[in-house]
Amino acid sequence: MSLRIVVCVKYVPDATGDRQFTEDLTVNRDDVDGLLSELDEYAVEQALQIADEADDAEITVLTVGPEDAKDALRKALSMGADKAIHVEDDDLHGTDVMGTSLVLAKAIEKAGYDLVITGMASTDGTMGVLPAILAERLGVPQVTLLSEVKVEDGTVTGRRDGDTASEQLEASLPALVSVTDQSGEARYPSFKGIMAAKKKPVESWDLEDLEIEADEVGLEGSWTKVDSAAQRPARTAGTIVKDEGEGGKQLAEFLAGQKFI
Amino acid sequence: MAEVLVYVDHVDGAVRKPTLELLTLARRIGEPVAVALGAGADATAAVLAEHGAVKVLTADAPEFTEYLVVPKVDALQAAYEAVSPAAVLVPSSAEGKEIAARLAVRIGSGIITDAVDLEAGDEGPVATQSAFAASFTTKSRVSKGTPVITVKPNSAPVEAAPAAGAVEALAVTFGALATGTKVTGRTPRESTGRPELTEAAIVVSGGRGVNGAENFHLIEALADSLGAAVGASRAAVDAGWYPHSNQVGQTGKSVSPQLYIASGISGAIQHRAGMQTSKTIVAINKDAEAPIFDLVDYGVVGDLFAVVPQLTDEIKARKG
Repeated sequence: MSLRIVVCVKYVPDATGDRQFTEDLTVNRDDVDGLLSELDEYAVEQALQIADEADDAEITVLTVGPEDAKDALRKALSMGADKAIHVEDDDLHGTDVMGTSLVLAKAIEKAGYDLVITGMASTDGTMGVLPAILAERLGVPQVTLLSEVKVEDGTVTGRRDGDTASEQLEASLPALVSVTDQSGEARYPSFKGIMAAKKKPVESWDLEDLEIEADEVGLEGSWTKVDSAAQRPARTAGTIVKDEGEGGKQLAEFLAGQKFI
Repeated sequence: MAEVLVYVDHVDGAVRKPTLELLTLARRIGEPVAVALGAGADATAAVLAEHGAVKVLTADAPEFTEYLVVPKVDALQAAYEAVSPAAVLVPSSAEGKEIAARLAVRIGSGIITDAVDLEAGDEGPVATQSAFAASFTTKSRVSKGTPVITVKPNSAPVEAAPAAGAVEALAVTFGALATGTKVTGRTPRESTGRPELTEAAIVVSGGRGVNGAENFHLIEALADSLGAAVGASRAAVDAGWYPHSNQVGQTGKSVSPQLYIASGISGAIQHRAGMQTSKTIVAINKDAEAPIFDLVDYGVVGDLFAVVPQLTDEIKARKG
Protein backbone atom coordinates (compact mmCIF):
# COMPACT_ATOMS: atom_id res chain seq x y z
CA MET A 1 0.00 0.00 0.00
CA SER A 2 1.28 3.39 -0.88
CA LEU A 3 2.81 5.59 1.83
CA ARG A 4 1.49 9.11 1.44
CA ILE A 5 3.94 11.68 2.76
CA VAL A 6 3.13 15.38 3.00
CA VAL A 7 6.06 17.73 3.64
CA CYS A 8 5.20 21.22 4.86
CA VAL A 9 7.66 23.85 3.70
CA LYS A 10 7.94 27.60 4.10
CA TYR A 11 9.15 30.32 1.80
CA VAL A 12 11.13 32.76 3.94
CA PRO A 13 13.02 36.01 3.44
CA ASP A 14 16.76 35.43 3.09
CA ALA A 15 18.28 35.86 6.55
CA THR A 16 21.35 37.52 5.07
CA GLY A 17 19.19 40.28 3.56
CA ASP A 18 18.14 43.50 5.28
CA ARG A 19 14.83 42.34 6.73
CA GLN A 20 12.17 44.90 7.68
CA PHE A 21 8.59 45.19 8.81
CA THR A 22 5.90 46.87 6.69
CA GLU A 23 3.48 49.49 7.97
CA ASP A 24 0.97 46.90 9.18
CA LEU A 25 3.81 45.22 11.11
CA THR A 26 3.91 42.16 8.90
CA VAL A 27 7.13 40.98 7.29
CA ASN A 28 8.18 43.04 4.30
CA ARG A 29 8.66 40.51 1.53
CA ASP A 30 9.26 42.97 -1.30
CA ASP A 31 12.82 44.04 -0.67
CA VAL A 32 14.45 40.77 0.29
CA ASP A 33 14.81 37.64 -1.81
CA GLY A 34 12.89 34.63 -0.59
CA LEU A 35 13.90 31.01 -0.54
CA LEU A 36 12.97 27.60 0.83
CA SER A 37 13.66 27.74 4.58
CA GLU A 38 16.94 25.93 5.17
CA LEU A 39 15.48 23.94 8.04
CA ASP A 40 12.73 22.63 5.72
CA GLU A 41 15.31 21.20 3.32
CA TYR A 42 16.09 18.63 6.02
CA ALA A 43 12.40 17.67 6.09
CA VAL A 44 12.36 17.17 2.31
CA GLU A 45 15.55 15.11 2.55
CA GLN A 46 14.13 12.80 5.21
CA ALA A 47 10.93 12.38 3.18
CA LEU A 48 13.02 11.33 0.18
CA GLN A 49 14.99 8.83 2.27
CA ILE A 50 11.83 7.37 3.85
CA ALA A 51 10.23 7.10 0.39
CA ASP A 52 13.32 5.29 -0.91
CA GLU A 53 12.98 2.68 1.82
CA ALA A 54 9.24 2.20 1.27
CA ASP A 55 7.82 -0.15 -1.35
CA ASP A 56 5.66 2.54 -2.78
CA ALA A 57 5.52 6.13 -1.60
CA GLU A 58 4.39 9.48 -2.85
CA ILE A 59 5.74 12.79 -1.57
CA THR A 60 3.61 15.92 -1.73
CA VAL A 61 5.15 19.24 -0.73
CA LEU A 62 2.76 21.80 0.68
CA THR A 63 3.18 25.49 1.32
CA VAL A 64 1.00 28.41 2.35
CA GLY A 65 2.17 31.73 1.01
CA PRO A 66 2.16 34.36 -1.71
CA GLU A 67 2.78 33.72 -5.42
CA ASP A 68 6.57 33.70 -4.95
CA ALA A 69 6.29 30.80 -2.52
CA LYS A 70 6.06 28.57 -5.59
CA ASP A 71 9.87 28.90 -5.70
CA ALA A 72 10.10 26.95 -2.46
CA LEU A 73 7.89 24.23 -3.93
CA ARG A 74 10.01 24.08 -7.10
CA LYS A 75 13.14 23.63 -5.03
CA ALA A 76 11.56 20.71 -3.15
CA LEU A 77 10.29 19.19 -6.42
CA SER A 78 13.74 19.48 -7.96
CA MET A 79 15.16 17.64 -4.94
CA GLY A 80 12.80 14.78 -5.80
CA ALA A 81 9.32 15.33 -4.33
CA ASP A 82 6.52 14.10 -6.60
CA LYS A 83 3.95 16.85 -6.54
CA ALA A 84 3.12 20.12 -4.85
CA ILE A 85 0.21 22.02 -3.37
CA HIS A 86 0.27 25.78 -3.07
CA VAL A 87 -2.32 27.43 -0.82
CA GLU A 88 -2.61 31.02 -1.86
CA ASP A 89 -5.26 33.59 -1.03
CA ASP A 90 -5.19 37.36 -0.60
CA ASP A 91 -7.01 36.95 2.71
CA LEU A 92 -4.02 35.06 4.12
CA HIS A 93 -1.88 38.19 4.46
CA GLY A 94 -0.65 38.54 8.04
CA THR A 95 -1.80 35.09 9.20
CA ASP A 96 -0.17 33.98 12.47
CA VAL A 97 0.90 30.50 13.50
CA MET A 98 -2.60 29.52 14.63
CA GLY A 99 -4.11 30.50 11.30
CA THR A 100 -1.29 28.94 9.29
CA SER A 101 -1.62 25.68 11.20
CA LEU A 102 -5.37 25.66 10.50
CA VAL A 103 -4.79 26.11 6.76
CA LEU A 104 -2.08 23.44 6.72
CA ALA A 105 -4.22 20.99 8.70
CA LYS A 106 -7.18 21.40 6.32
CA ALA A 107 -4.92 21.10 3.28
CA ILE A 108 -3.18 18.00 4.65
CA GLU A 109 -6.54 16.36 5.34
CA LYS A 110 -7.80 17.24 1.87
CA ALA A 111 -4.62 15.88 0.26
CA GLY A 112 -4.71 12.64 2.28
CA TYR A 113 -1.70 11.46 4.27
CA ASP A 114 -0.04 8.77 6.34
CA LEU A 115 2.92 10.84 7.43
CA VAL A 116 3.47 14.60 7.73
CA ILE A 117 7.05 15.88 7.91
CA THR A 118 8.13 19.41 8.79
CA GLY A 119 11.32 21.21 9.69
CA MET A 120 11.98 21.99 13.37
CA ALA A 121 11.24 25.72 12.93
CA SER A 122 11.16 28.34 10.21
CA THR A 123 14.27 30.46 9.83
CA ASP A 124 12.24 33.68 9.88
CA GLY A 125 9.69 33.42 12.69
CA THR A 126 11.78 30.74 14.50
CA MET A 127 8.92 29.95 16.89
CA GLY A 128 9.28 26.18 16.50
CA VAL A 129 5.71 25.50 17.64
CA LEU A 130 3.95 24.78 14.36
CA PRO A 131 4.70 21.01 14.34
CA ALA A 132 3.15 20.51 17.79
CA ILE A 133 0.10 22.63 16.93
CA LEU A 134 -0.36 20.77 13.66
CA ALA A 135 -0.24 17.40 15.45
CA GLU A 136 -2.84 18.70 17.92
CA ARG A 137 -5.10 19.89 15.11
CA LEU A 138 -4.73 16.68 13.10
CA GLY A 139 -5.18 14.52 16.20
CA VAL A 140 -2.15 12.38 15.40
CA PRO A 141 0.99 11.56 17.43
CA GLN A 142 3.75 14.17 17.37
CA VAL A 143 7.20 12.68 16.90
CA THR A 144 9.15 15.89 16.91
CA LEU A 145 12.67 17.31 16.88
CA LEU A 146 14.17 14.11 15.55
CA SER A 147 17.81 13.85 14.64
CA GLU A 148 17.18 10.33 13.30
CA VAL A 149 13.99 8.97 11.80
CA LYS A 150 12.82 5.67 10.35
CA VAL A 151 9.47 4.40 9.07
CA GLU A 152 8.74 0.69 8.92
CA ASP A 153 5.55 -1.40 8.95
CA GLY A 154 3.31 1.52 9.77
CA THR A 155 5.49 2.66 12.68
CA VAL A 156 7.72 5.70 12.92
CA THR A 157 10.70 5.62 15.26
CA GLY A 158 13.28 8.29 15.94
CA ARG A 159 15.75 9.89 18.28
CA ARG A 160 15.07 13.21 19.99
CA ASP A 161 18.08 14.94 21.57
CA GLY A 162 16.88 17.20 24.36
CA ASP A 163 18.61 19.47 26.88
CA THR A 164 18.94 16.81 29.52
CA ALA A 165 18.41 13.49 27.73
CA SER A 166 18.29 11.74 24.41
CA GLU A 167 15.00 9.92 23.87
CA GLN A 168 13.96 7.08 21.58
CA LEU A 169 10.43 7.61 20.33
CA GLU A 170 7.86 5.40 18.65
CA ALA A 171 4.42 6.05 17.19
CA SER A 172 1.97 4.45 14.79
CA LEU A 173 1.02 6.09 11.51
CA PRO A 174 -0.62 8.40 10.74
CA ALA A 175 1.80 10.68 12.56
CA LEU A 176 3.56 14.01 12.36
CA VAL A 177 7.34 14.18 12.39
CA SER A 178 9.62 17.19 12.64
CA VAL A 179 13.35 16.88 11.99
CA THR A 180 16.36 18.90 13.11
CA ASP A 181 19.38 19.99 11.11
CA GLN A 182 21.16 16.93 12.52
CA SER A 183 18.92 14.51 10.63
CA GLY A 184 21.14 14.45 7.58
CA GLU A 185 22.53 16.91 5.07
CA ALA A 186 19.98 17.83 2.39
CA ARG A 187 20.88 16.86 -1.18
CA TYR A 188 21.45 19.41 -3.93
CA PRO A 189 19.00 19.20 -6.80
CA SER A 190 20.58 17.62 -9.88
CA PHE A 191 20.21 19.18 -13.32
CA LYS A 192 17.90 16.29 -14.18
CA GLY A 193 15.91 17.01 -11.02
CA ILE A 194 15.57 20.66 -11.93
CA MET A 195 14.37 19.83 -15.44
CA ALA A 196 11.95 17.17 -14.14
CA ALA A 197 10.53 19.58 -11.54
CA LYS A 198 9.24 21.85 -14.31
CA LYS A 199 6.87 19.12 -15.43
CA LYS A 200 5.65 18.09 -12.00
CA PRO A 201 2.12 19.14 -11.02
CA VAL A 202 1.61 22.13 -8.71
CA GLU A 203 -1.97 22.42 -7.53
CA SER A 204 -3.30 25.75 -6.29
CA TRP A 205 -5.92 25.92 -3.57
CA ASP A 206 -7.56 28.90 -1.96
CA LEU A 207 -9.49 29.32 1.28
CA GLU A 208 -12.76 28.33 -0.36
CA ASP A 209 -11.25 25.01 -1.46
CA LEU A 210 -10.39 24.37 2.17
CA GLU A 211 -13.71 25.61 3.56
CA ILE A 212 -12.00 28.23 5.70
CA GLU A 213 -13.65 31.59 6.33
CA ALA A 214 -11.58 34.71 5.68
CA ASP A 215 -12.02 35.90 9.27
CA GLU A 216 -10.34 32.74 10.61
CA VAL A 217 -7.03 33.81 9.07
CA GLY A 218 -5.13 36.94 8.07
CA LEU A 219 -4.32 39.86 10.33
CA GLU A 220 -7.96 40.12 11.47
CA GLY A 221 -8.11 36.46 12.42
CA SER A 222 -4.78 36.54 14.19
CA TRP A 223 -4.85 35.50 17.85
CA THR A 224 -1.90 37.74 18.65
CA LYS A 225 -1.22 41.36 17.86
CA VAL A 226 2.07 43.12 17.27
CA ASP A 227 1.69 46.62 18.72
CA SER A 228 5.08 47.97 17.74
CA ALA A 229 8.29 46.99 15.99
CA ALA A 230 11.31 49.16 16.54
CA GLN A 231 14.62 48.80 14.81
CA ARG A 232 17.17 48.28 17.51
CA PRO A 233 19.38 51.29 17.82
CA ALA A 234 22.81 50.49 16.47
CA ARG A 235 24.95 49.47 19.39
CA THR A 236 27.09 52.28 20.58
CA ALA A 237 30.48 51.47 19.20
CA GLY A 238 32.33 49.23 21.59
CA THR A 239 35.92 49.56 22.66
CA ILE A 240 38.23 47.69 20.32
CA VAL A 241 41.86 47.16 21.19
CA LYS A 242 44.64 45.55 19.22
CA ASP A 243 46.53 42.87 21.11
CA GLU A 244 50.10 43.92 21.59
CA GLY A 245 50.84 41.38 24.27
CA GLU A 246 48.40 42.59 26.92
CA GLY A 247 45.08 41.93 25.12
CA GLY A 248 43.98 39.21 27.53
CA LYS A 249 44.77 41.34 30.57
CA GLN A 250 43.00 44.37 29.10
CA LEU A 251 39.93 42.22 28.45
CA ALA A 252 40.07 40.92 32.04
CA GLU A 253 40.13 44.53 33.24
CA PHE A 254 37.00 45.28 31.18
CA LEU A 255 35.23 42.19 32.56
CA ALA A 256 36.18 43.15 36.11
CA GLY A 257 34.83 46.66 35.51
CA GLN A 258 31.52 45.10 34.39
CA LYS A 259 31.51 42.94 37.56
CA PHE A 260 31.83 39.65 35.67
CA ILE A 261 34.94 38.78 37.64
CA MET B 1 -5.68 39.71 42.14
CA ALA B 2 -5.66 37.53 39.02
CA GLU B 3 -3.83 34.23 39.11
CA VAL B 4 -1.08 33.40 36.62
CA LEU B 5 -0.15 29.80 35.86
CA VAL B 6 3.58 29.10 35.77
CA TYR B 7 4.72 25.78 34.30
CA VAL B 8 7.59 24.39 36.35
CA ASP B 9 10.64 22.95 34.62
CA HIS B 10 12.42 20.70 37.10
CA VAL B 11 14.63 17.65 37.15
CA ASP B 12 13.50 15.24 39.90
CA GLY B 13 12.42 18.11 42.12
CA ALA B 14 15.32 20.47 41.38
CA VAL B 15 13.71 23.56 39.83
CA ARG B 16 15.64 24.98 36.87
CA LYS B 17 16.53 28.65 36.98
CA PRO B 18 14.32 29.85 34.08
CA THR B 19 11.25 28.83 36.11
CA LEU B 20 12.33 31.06 39.01
CA GLU B 21 12.75 33.91 36.51
CA LEU B 22 9.19 33.23 35.30
CA LEU B 23 7.92 33.70 38.85
CA THR B 24 9.44 37.19 38.90
CA LEU B 25 7.63 38.06 35.66
CA ALA B 26 4.41 36.38 36.78
CA ARG B 27 4.28 38.60 39.87
CA ARG B 28 4.15 41.65 37.60
CA ILE B 29 0.84 40.49 36.18
CA GLY B 30 -0.77 38.57 39.04
CA GLU B 31 -0.41 35.88 41.67
CA PRO B 32 1.75 32.97 40.53
CA VAL B 33 0.24 29.48 40.74
CA ALA B 34 2.90 26.92 39.85
CA VAL B 35 2.21 23.62 38.08
CA ALA B 36 4.80 20.92 38.80
CA LEU B 37 4.48 17.51 37.17
CA GLY B 38 6.24 14.18 37.47
CA ALA B 39 8.58 12.59 39.99
CA GLY B 40 9.73 15.04 42.65
CA ALA B 41 6.96 17.55 41.94
CA ASP B 42 6.16 17.87 45.66
CA ALA B 43 9.79 18.63 46.40
CA THR B 44 9.66 21.75 44.21
CA ALA B 45 7.17 23.51 46.50
CA ALA B 46 9.63 25.00 48.97
CA VAL B 47 11.75 26.85 46.40
CA LEU B 48 8.67 27.89 44.40
CA ALA B 49 7.07 29.33 47.53
CA GLU B 50 10.26 31.18 48.37
CA HIS B 51 10.05 32.87 44.95
CA GLY B 52 6.42 33.88 45.04
CA ALA B 53 4.18 30.90 44.24
CA VAL B 54 0.97 31.26 46.23
CA LYS B 55 -0.02 27.73 45.31
CA VAL B 56 1.73 24.71 43.81
CA LEU B 57 -0.41 22.24 41.87
CA THR B 58 1.29 18.86 41.57
CA ALA B 59 0.60 15.64 39.75
CA ASP B 60 2.62 12.53 39.10
CA ALA B 61 1.81 9.63 36.79
CA PRO B 62 3.83 7.19 34.70
CA GLU B 63 2.39 8.82 31.56
CA PHE B 64 4.59 11.90 32.08
CA THR B 65 7.76 9.91 31.44
CA GLU B 66 6.48 7.10 29.26
CA TYR B 67 4.92 9.29 26.57
CA LEU B 68 5.99 12.48 24.82
CA VAL B 69 4.63 15.96 25.66
CA VAL B 70 0.86 15.37 25.41
CA PRO B 71 0.30 14.02 28.97
CA LYS B 72 1.86 17.24 30.26
CA VAL B 73 -0.49 19.26 28.05
CA ASP B 74 -3.43 17.34 29.52
CA ALA B 75 -2.20 18.22 33.01
CA LEU B 76 -1.58 21.89 32.25
CA GLN B 77 -5.05 22.06 30.72
CA ALA B 78 -6.51 20.56 33.91
CA ALA B 79 -4.70 23.28 35.90
CA TYR B 80 -5.98 25.94 33.51
CA GLU B 81 -9.54 24.73 33.98
CA ALA B 82 -9.16 24.56 37.76
CA VAL B 83 -7.70 28.06 38.10
CA SER B 84 -9.03 30.19 35.16
CA PRO B 85 -5.80 32.21 35.10
CA ALA B 86 -5.13 35.61 33.52
CA ALA B 87 -2.12 34.17 31.70
CA VAL B 88 -0.06 31.00 31.35
CA LEU B 89 3.74 31.29 31.41
CA VAL B 90 6.05 28.49 30.26
CA PRO B 91 9.85 28.42 29.95
CA SER B 92 11.04 28.63 26.31
CA SER B 93 12.69 25.23 26.20
CA ALA B 94 12.02 23.00 23.18
CA GLU B 95 9.55 20.96 25.21
CA GLY B 96 8.12 23.99 26.99
CA LYS B 97 7.24 25.61 23.68
CA GLU B 98 5.52 22.44 22.46
CA ILE B 99 3.48 22.12 25.66
CA ALA B 100 2.48 25.79 25.52
CA ALA B 101 1.55 25.60 21.84
CA ARG B 102 -0.72 22.60 22.21
CA LEU B 103 -2.40 24.11 25.26
CA ALA B 104 -2.96 27.38 23.38
CA VAL B 105 -4.72 25.74 20.43
CA ARG B 106 -6.84 23.60 22.78
CA ILE B 107 -8.08 26.50 24.86
CA GLY B 108 -8.50 28.76 21.81
CA SER B 109 -5.80 31.21 22.83
CA GLY B 110 -3.03 33.02 21.02
CA ILE B 111 0.57 32.19 21.84
CA ILE B 112 3.69 34.33 22.07
CA THR B 113 7.03 32.54 22.16
CA ASP B 114 10.53 33.53 23.24
CA ALA B 115 9.54 36.69 25.09
CA VAL B 116 12.54 38.51 26.55
CA ASP B 117 10.46 40.74 28.82
CA LEU B 118 6.91 40.97 30.08
CA GLU B 119 4.86 43.74 31.63
CA ALA B 120 1.26 44.37 32.55
CA GLY B 121 -0.76 46.31 29.94
CA ASP B 122 -4.28 47.71 29.66
CA GLU B 123 -5.31 44.85 27.39
CA GLY B 124 -3.34 42.08 29.09
CA PRO B 125 0.34 41.27 29.37
CA VAL B 126 2.66 42.88 26.81
CA ALA B 127 5.60 40.76 25.67
CA THR B 128 8.84 42.04 24.25
CA GLN B 129 10.44 39.86 21.57
CA SER B 130 13.46 40.06 19.32
CA ALA B 131 13.04 39.63 15.58
CA PHE B 132 15.29 39.26 12.55
CA ALA B 133 18.50 38.32 14.34
CA ALA B 134 17.65 40.83 17.07
CA SER B 135 17.75 43.78 14.67
CA PHE B 136 14.17 44.57 15.73
CA THR B 137 12.40 44.65 19.06
CA THR B 138 8.67 44.02 18.95
CA LYS B 139 5.96 44.43 21.54
CA SER B 140 3.06 42.03 21.20
CA ARG B 141 0.08 40.77 23.07
CA VAL B 142 -2.38 37.95 22.78
CA SER B 143 -5.67 39.24 21.40
CA LYS B 144 -7.75 36.08 21.74
CA GLY B 145 -8.28 33.87 24.77
CA THR B 146 -5.97 33.60 27.75
CA PRO B 147 -2.43 34.71 26.89
CA VAL B 148 -0.02 31.76 26.66
CA ILE B 149 3.53 33.08 26.69
CA THR B 150 6.89 31.31 26.65
CA VAL B 151 9.85 33.23 28.04
CA LYS B 152 13.53 32.90 27.22
CA PRO B 153 16.03 32.18 29.98
CA ASN B 154 17.81 35.20 31.53
CA SER B 155 14.86 37.49 30.78
CA ALA B 156 14.29 38.51 34.39
CA PRO B 157 16.17 38.46 37.68
CA VAL B 158 15.48 35.70 40.18
CA GLU B 159 13.96 37.45 43.21
CA ALA B 160 13.01 36.11 46.60
CA ALA B 161 9.37 36.91 47.43
CA PRO B 162 8.11 34.47 50.04
CA ALA B 163 4.53 33.30 49.55
CA ALA B 164 2.34 30.52 50.91
CA GLY B 165 3.15 27.92 48.25
CA ALA B 166 0.44 25.57 49.48
CA VAL B 167 0.68 22.24 47.72
CA GLU B 168 -2.50 20.91 46.14
CA ALA B 169 -2.91 17.69 44.19
CA LEU B 170 -4.04 18.28 40.63
CA ALA B 171 -6.52 15.77 39.21
CA VAL B 172 -5.57 14.87 35.64
CA THR B 173 -7.52 12.80 33.14
CA PHE B 174 -5.44 11.76 30.16
CA GLY B 175 -7.05 12.03 26.74
CA ALA B 176 -6.84 9.62 23.82
CA LEU B 177 -3.83 11.43 22.30
CA ALA B 178 -1.76 11.24 25.49
CA THR B 179 -0.33 7.80 24.73
CA GLY B 180 0.29 8.43 21.03
CA THR B 181 4.05 8.78 21.15
CA LYS B 182 5.85 6.27 23.32
CA VAL B 183 9.25 7.01 24.84
CA THR B 184 10.97 3.63 24.42
CA GLY B 185 14.36 4.68 25.74
CA ARG B 186 16.03 7.57 27.51
CA THR B 187 19.75 8.25 27.85
CA PRO B 188 20.58 11.15 30.17
CA ARG B 189 23.00 13.57 28.58
CA GLU B 190 26.42 13.20 30.13
CA SER B 191 26.98 16.08 32.47
CA THR B 192 30.03 18.22 31.79
CA GLY B 193 29.60 19.96 35.13
CA ARG B 194 29.08 23.19 33.19
CA PRO B 195 25.81 25.14 33.11
CA GLU B 196 23.25 24.35 30.41
CA LEU B 197 23.99 26.49 27.35
CA THR B 198 20.54 28.00 26.90
CA GLU B 199 20.22 29.17 30.50
CA ALA B 200 23.82 30.07 31.40
CA ALA B 201 24.54 33.59 32.60
CA ILE B 202 27.87 33.53 30.76
CA VAL B 203 28.64 31.74 27.48
CA VAL B 204 32.09 31.34 25.96
CA SER B 205 32.03 30.22 22.32
CA GLY B 206 34.66 29.08 19.86
CA GLY B 207 34.54 29.13 16.08
CA ARG B 208 36.57 28.48 12.98
CA GLY B 209 39.54 30.31 14.49
CA VAL B 210 39.92 27.64 17.18
CA ASN B 211 41.27 25.53 14.36
CA GLY B 212 40.71 21.99 15.62
CA ALA B 213 38.96 19.89 18.26
CA GLU B 214 42.25 19.57 20.12
CA ASN B 215 42.26 23.33 20.79
CA PHE B 216 38.80 23.59 22.29
CA HIS B 217 40.29 22.98 25.73
CA LEU B 218 41.37 26.66 25.61
CA ILE B 219 37.72 27.70 25.27
CA GLU B 220 36.68 25.25 27.99
CA ALA B 221 39.35 26.54 30.37
CA LEU B 222 38.19 30.11 29.87
CA ALA B 223 34.57 29.01 30.40
CA ASP B 224 35.48 27.17 33.59
CA SER B 225 37.33 30.19 34.97
CA LEU B 226 34.05 32.14 34.66
CA GLY B 227 31.63 29.33 35.54
CA ALA B 228 30.31 29.62 31.99
CA ALA B 229 28.75 27.32 29.40
CA VAL B 230 30.65 26.46 26.22
CA GLY B 231 29.20 27.24 22.81
CA ALA B 232 30.44 26.70 19.28
CA SER B 233 29.74 28.24 15.90
CA ARG B 234 28.28 26.19 13.10
CA ALA B 235 31.66 26.12 11.34
CA ALA B 236 33.26 24.51 14.40
CA VAL B 237 30.40 22.04 14.79
CA ASP B 238 30.30 21.13 11.08
CA ALA B 239 34.05 20.50 11.21
CA GLY B 240 33.39 18.02 14.02
CA TRP B 241 35.38 19.96 16.61
CA TYR B 242 32.56 20.25 19.12
CA PRO B 243 29.16 18.54 19.64
CA HIS B 244 26.13 19.87 17.83
CA SER B 245 24.31 20.21 21.15
CA ASN B 246 26.58 23.20 21.82
CA GLN B 247 25.92 25.01 18.56
CA VAL B 248 24.84 28.61 18.93
CA GLY B 249 23.01 30.13 15.99
CA GLN B 250 20.02 30.10 13.73
CA THR B 251 20.03 26.32 13.23
CA GLY B 252 21.43 25.66 16.69
CA LYS B 253 20.56 27.06 20.08
CA SER B 254 19.55 30.58 20.86
CA VAL B 255 21.28 32.05 23.91
CA SER B 256 20.70 35.26 25.78
CA PRO B 257 23.31 35.43 28.57
CA GLN B 258 24.52 38.38 30.59
CA LEU B 259 27.94 37.96 28.94
CA TYR B 260 28.84 36.34 25.62
CA ILE B 261 32.49 35.85 24.68
CA ALA B 262 33.09 34.89 21.02
CA SER B 263 36.53 33.57 20.21
CA GLY B 264 37.60 33.01 16.64
CA ILE B 265 34.06 33.61 15.42
CA SER B 266 33.58 36.00 12.50
CA GLY B 267 29.92 36.68 13.29
CA ALA B 268 27.98 35.57 10.22
CA ILE B 269 24.29 36.49 10.35
CA GLN B 270 23.36 32.88 11.16
CA HIS B 271 25.49 33.02 14.30
CA ARG B 272 24.29 36.46 15.27
CA ALA B 273 20.70 35.21 15.12
CA GLY B 274 21.50 32.94 18.05
CA MET B 275 23.38 35.32 20.36
CA GLN B 276 22.60 38.91 19.54
CA THR B 277 20.26 39.40 22.50
CA SER B 278 23.19 38.77 24.87
CA LYS B 279 23.52 41.72 27.26
CA THR B 280 27.28 42.24 27.01
CA ILE B 281 29.20 40.95 23.99
CA VAL B 282 32.95 40.46 23.81
CA ALA B 283 34.97 39.13 20.87
CA ILE B 284 38.50 38.00 20.22
CA ASN B 285 39.40 37.66 16.55
CA LYS B 286 42.51 38.07 14.38
CA ASP B 287 40.53 39.77 11.62
CA ALA B 288 39.82 43.40 12.50
CA GLU B 289 37.17 43.44 9.73
CA ALA B 290 35.15 40.54 11.20
CA PRO B 291 31.44 41.53 11.44
CA ILE B 292 31.33 40.38 15.08
CA PHE B 293 33.20 43.57 16.01
CA ASP B 294 30.12 45.58 14.96
CA LEU B 295 28.25 44.04 17.89
CA VAL B 296 30.78 44.09 20.66
CA ASP B 297 31.00 46.09 23.83
CA TYR B 298 34.66 45.15 23.96
CA GLY B 299 36.76 43.54 21.24
CA VAL B 300 40.34 42.37 21.05
CA VAL B 301 41.91 42.16 17.61
CA GLY B 302 44.45 39.44 18.15
CA ASP B 303 45.38 35.78 18.08
CA LEU B 304 43.07 33.83 20.35
CA PHE B 305 45.88 31.38 21.11
CA ALA B 306 47.66 34.23 22.90
CA VAL B 307 44.71 36.24 24.20
CA VAL B 308 42.47 33.47 25.57
CA PRO B 309 45.07 31.78 27.82
CA GLN B 310 46.23 35.16 29.11
CA LEU B 311 42.62 36.12 29.85
CA THR B 312 42.01 32.79 31.61
CA ASP B 313 45.10 33.18 33.78
CA GLU B 314 44.20 36.76 34.65
CA ILE B 315 40.65 35.79 35.65
CA LYS B 316 41.97 32.97 37.84
CA ALA B 317 44.51 35.31 39.42
CA ARG B 318 41.86 37.94 40.14
CA LYS B 319 39.50 35.38 41.58
CA GLY B 320 42.37 34.15 43.76
